[in-house]
Formats: sequence, structure tokens, C-alpha cells
Amino acid sequence: MRVAGPPPETRHQGTEKKHNSNFRNHDEARLIHSARHNNKLPNRAMETKMTFIKKTLASSVALAVTAVMATAAQAEISDGEIRIGYLADMSGTYRDLAGPGGLEALRMAVEDFGGSVNGAPIQVFSADDRNSADVGANTVREWIDTRNVDMVAGLVASSVTIAVTRVLEENNSFGIVSASAASSITNEHCTPNHIHWVYDTYPLANGTAQAVVQQGGDTWFMLTADYAFGHALEGDVTRVVEENGGQIVGGVRHPFPTDDFSSYILQAQGSGAKIIGLANAGADTVNAINTASQFGVVEAGQQLAGLLVFLNDVHAMGLDATQGLLLTTGWYWDMDDEAREWAERYYERVGRMPTMVQAGIYSSTYHYLQAVEATGSDDPATVREHMMRQPIHDFFARNGRLREDGRMVHDMYLARVKSPEESTHEWDLYEILTTIPAEEAYRPLSESQCKLVQN
Amino acid sequence: MTMIFGVPLAVFMGQLLLGLINGAFYALLSLGLAVIFGLLKIVNFAHGAMYMLGAFATLLGMRYLGINYWAALLLAPLFVGLLGMLIERVLLRRIGHLDHLYGLLLTFGLALIFEGTLVNFFGVSGARYPTPEALQGGYQTGFMFLPKYRAWVLLAALVVCFATWYIIERTRLGAYLRAGTENPALMQAFGVNVPLLVTLTYGFGVALAAFAGVLAAPLYPVSPTMGSNLLIVVFAVVVIGGMGSILGAIVTGLAMGLIEGLTKVYYPEAANTVIFLVMILVLLLRPAGLFGKEA
Repeated sequence: MRVAGPPPETRHQGTEKKHNSNFRNHDEARLIHSARHNNKLPNRAMETKMTFIKKTLASSVALAVTAVMATAAQAEISDGEIRIGYLADMSGTYRDLAGPGGLEALRMAVEDFGGSVNGAPIQVFSADDRNSADVGANTVREWIDTRNVDMVAGLVASSVTIAVTRVLEENNSFGIVSASAASSITNEHCTPNHIHWVYDTYPLANGTAQAVVQQGGDTWFMLTADYAFGHALEGDVTRVVEENGGQIVGGVRHPFPTDDFSSYILQAQGSGAKIIGLANAGADTVNAINTASQFGVVEAGQQLAGLLVFLNDVHAMGLDATQGLLLTTGWYWDMDDEAREWAERYYERVGRMPTMVQAGIYSSTYHYLQAVEATGSDDPATVREHMMRQPIHDFFARNGRLREDGRMVHDMYLARVKSPEESTHEWDLYEILTTIPAEEAYRPLSESQCKLVQN
Repeated sequence: MTMIFGVPLAVFMGQLLLGLINGAFYALLSLGLAVIFGLLKIVNFAHGAMYMLGAFATLLGMRYLGINYWAALLLAPLFVGLLGMLIERVLLRRIGHLDHLYGLLLTFGLALIFEGTLVNFFGVSGARYPTPEALQGGYQTGFMFLPKYRAWVLLAALVVCFATWYIIERTRLGAYLRAGTENPALMQAFGVNVPLLVTLTYGFGVALAAFAGVLAAPLYPVSPTMGSNLLIVVFAVVVIGGMGSILGAIVTGLAMGLIEGLTKVYYPEAANTVIFLVMILVLLLRPAGLFGKEA
């Protein structure tokens, strides 16, 4: 659509001006031309030319200097801005464990940092990956191509994360994985362009399964979600149970997702195993635990072992159904003063207590920004190297350090879900039983298949 | 111990009973769909959302208004039924003369709006609704521990299903309904208020879904997505039973529950797929469905 032109009068004036300026140009051109032609310049013309050259020279130099200075600043922090893209499931099964709450935690970290690094403002944007690897990878590719993203945060479903980290590696960008579970993310799928912050399946199996077997739960029936993550977790648990002298007596691989677990619970009851291990996550775990409580599993003498249970799951199910459940967590809001203080601030903004993932998003973003500030650079390799050199200790991570495979190892905790009588308020849900030291919790580097680790 | 295909008889019987209980849910939901499609020719994709709203009305009613489970059994379907009538009056009526596809799209859009709004306020983890005290605990039958609440679900669903069938197929009101859908102009001429009848029917259909929602509240976490997960299966049940067949919906619902239950024992990996396999077979052999009349 064409916009109507300016009123005739103005147009006329404009044309006149143009003529004038043309005329002036002609005049100057003729002067210079005649000077060159005669090879001797009349004084006035000579002066004009000198001023012209001086001016041009001066402004070019000034421009060049500015340009050099600008490049000097921008070589370190690209575009003079730190751009953080938050990718997570914002509306589906995993919404409550990271989702909008995680974005709020990220914003808190940016605000607490002052909103800028070395004068470069921090920009935050977000997208919903809808738990689809394709959507996730395409979003990040677009962020890299059109928005020049410096760091991708969030990263929830393991399948999405693995797809995204490949894109990050191809384009030499950077990602911090906070919510995914699969330990393969820093094992066979490790890249120099991402790190894994909060937890993974290795300590989950190690912490919970070992503790349960040592307490006498030596026969297990596995309820496994029938996809990559479930199989991986089942494998880790089987190894830990057998290493500790226990035995897997049976199992069911149920479709993902499943609403009705009554049939599987009945099969688990029939197996006579002491422990029913839940190698699933999110809504599946919630449904399985609810159903078990309806069928009187615990009263009949069997125990449940939830291998991946988040705070929001326990909150949703209530303590009646979950009491006594053992679980491994990377953080709990009420575990000490530092954690509580941060959690209270989060609660005021969001109205829910943070999960370990949401706390981890704050922690990892803050450390990232510190590294950018210290190195004055947003280059992935520089930042990562700096993060590896710093010990990591804050309200979230204790005895933390970033290893060369990209795994941030830190103390993990074995927790027990409180009974309704023990709990004093809505979010008083866990009791921390033991601390699993950072160096024991995670897969040792000697077993690593990561290409960045020399074995 | 007696074994049936390598499974102890006790376990087998338990699975059959559980299958029947799940089947009761399928029957209730597909019945509502069948009533709405059979009489109004609307493919009601908002049915899952109505089931979810029934469960939410129960949960929120208890939380904020102190309405107990037994009152909710009546009030939640009433509330959702009224909402359904409003939707019919304000939206569906306007597209009544268009192709079925428009009704499908409209109701699907409504379902997304309801779901999205509730996700915004309540998240997706869902909340737990306590089992009413009178129905806590269970019976130790010879072959399994049967929670009282599940026995109640089976009983309540069957009673409501057969009452619905009776009203539509055996009473004067049901006869008006069926006649009104066959030839609305003639019924109008006899002095029957057909538009009102249509509104009431849609309200009744979604009230059935809400009733299933109330029954489900203590069993499954009450979450905004609970309806959309179930809806596709329920549509498959309706297709197998024959679109619009009342008895077909009830019988197929129960039968599919049983088949699914047995799959969970013999080949659990296929439990979510088996109903669709049956659907494909039925469509190949009897395209109008098991109980449908050939057009």
C-alpha cells in the first residue's frame, strides 16, 4: 500500500531544495575540475579543497577510531548484549517442575546480577518446546540465526536436550541443562558446548536404590516407562540393586503416558517383591503412587521406591499417598538457611516453593554471568573453562565443581517424605536423611564415554 | 494353582475386574458422546474438557465452598450441564446448518480454551481429591484386594448408563428426542419445542461426562489435561460401537475395558494401542461399527 504523498506545497519546496543542492555540487565540481585542468589552483578554490580534505580526513580518522574501539569491546561480548534464551515445557507434563517458574528464577538471577554484565545489558527471552525434539532444535537454531543467542537455559525433556545440544555444538553456542534426567547428556552425548547442572539418572539410582537395598529391600519389581529414559533408569537401578546383593524379581514396561496403573500394581502385588521401583517420571509416577495407595500396597507390607520424584509431584499427591517414600534430590528448599532464604524470595514472586530444577536454573545462570563478567567474554570455550576452574558453592550447590565432561557434580541428598503428622505446613514435605558426597554421587570419569574425557 | 495362559487364575480374575471398572468409565463417556452425536449430529470434541471440568468442579467445590463428594455427584454435572446448554444456545446452534466438521472444530477450540485457562491457573501436576470416608478401604476378595471406591465406581457407572439407555429407548421423552432428530419440522408442528429439546440433550450429554469426572476425581490426579488424554480412546470406543448407538457405546465401553485389561497382563507395551487395533479391524469388517446401522 502506498502512503499518500506530502501536500503539493511541501513537495514543491523539496524539489526546489534538491535543485539548489545540485547546483551547488555542480559549482564545486567545476571548481575542482578547473583546478586540476589548469594544474594551479586559484586561492579561494585551493582553500576550499584543503578544508574539504581536512574535514574528510579528520572525520574518517574519528570514525576509524570509534570503529576500532567498538570492535575491541564487542570482540568480547558479542553485540554488546548477553542474550539468554529459556527453552522449556511451558504447558505440558513437565510444566510444573521447570516451566514458567524456572523462567521466573532465571529472571531473578538476572535482576540480582544487576541486569547487565560489564555494561552489556542482559536480555532474556523464552519459548515452549512442547516436549518435542524437533520444535526445541528448530527454536534454538532460529535463536542462533536471528537473535544471536549467547546461552540457552532450561532444557527439560532429555530427548529435546540431546537434539538441542547437537545444534549448539554445530553453531558453537552454549547451553546449560537444568531439568533433564538422562545421564547420557554428559556421557555419550557430551559436547564442549553444554553443561549439565542439577542432577541425572546416575545419582538417582545410586542414592535411592542403594539406600533401599541397605535397609533390607532386596527384592524389586520394576515399573518402567517404555521409552529411552525409563530403560536407562531401569538399567542403572538394576546394576545398583544387584551390586548391593539385591535381586530384580519382575517388572512391567508400561506405555508412556499411562493413566491407569491398577493392573500393573496388581501384578506387582502378585510378584511378592518387597520393593516396587518406579522408573518413570511426572504424571506416570504420580498415577502409580496414587494407585498403589488405593490398593493398600504399603499396608500389605510392600514399599515404593520413586526414582525420579519432584517436589511438585509430592505436593500434588499429598502426604497421605506419599508418606515414607524415599527419594534422591539435588536440593530441597528447607534444607538450610541459605536455601530457605532464597526459596522464600522465590515464593513471594511465584506463590509456590521452588523445585530443585528451578533453584538450579537460578544457580547456573548466576554462575554463568559471573564467568562472563570475570572473563569479559561470552565465548563458549572461555566461559566454560572459567566455570571449570571456579569451585561452585551457593545456596543450591555444595562442594560443586564442573568436570571436563560438562557434568556439574555436587552433594546430593537422600530424603524421606514426611507423614501428615510430621508436616507443619503445605510445603513441609521432605526430611533429609543423608548427604551423598559430590564425588560419590555421580558417574566417575573413569567410566565415562564422553569424547572430552581422556581415559 | 489354576493357570490361564501362564497367568494364575487369581491374577487373571483381578485383571478382568479392573478392566471392567475402566470399561465403566469408557462406557459413561462414550455414552454421552453417542447421545450427542446420535441426536444432534455434533462430534463433541469438548467432551474430554467437560469430563475435566466435572472433576475440577468437584475439587474446587470442596476447596472453596465446602461441597462434599455426595453433593458434588449431583451439583457438578448440573453445573457443567448448564454450561453445556449455554454453549449450545450461544455457539453450536449458529453452526447447526453447516457441515459436521465445523462443530468438531468449534468444540475442539472450546476444549483448548478451557484446558489452557485452567493450566494457567493450576498447572499440570494436578491436585488430589480425597476418597470419601465411607468408601475408603477395600474388600479382600478371594483373588485380589478390591478398593471400595472402585467397586462403587463400577456400580454407579452401570446404573447411570442403563438409566440413560432406558430413558432414551423406552420412555415417551426418549421417543420425542428420537423423533425430533429424525424430523424436527414435523415435531415442531405437533407442538414440541425442538430447539429446547436439543439444548437439554446437549446439556445432558455433557453432564454425563461431568459425572464421570466426579467419579474420577478421587482416582486420578485432577489436572487440566486429564480429559484430552482420555478423549481419543473414548472416540475409538464410539467408532467401534457405531456412531450414535446408545447400547453400542455402553457395551463396547465395557468390552474395551476388558480387552485393555487383558493386554496389560499379556503384553503391557501394547496396552495403549490395542483399542485402536480393534477399531481398525472393526472399520475394515463392519464400517458402521458393531451396533451401528448401515447408512
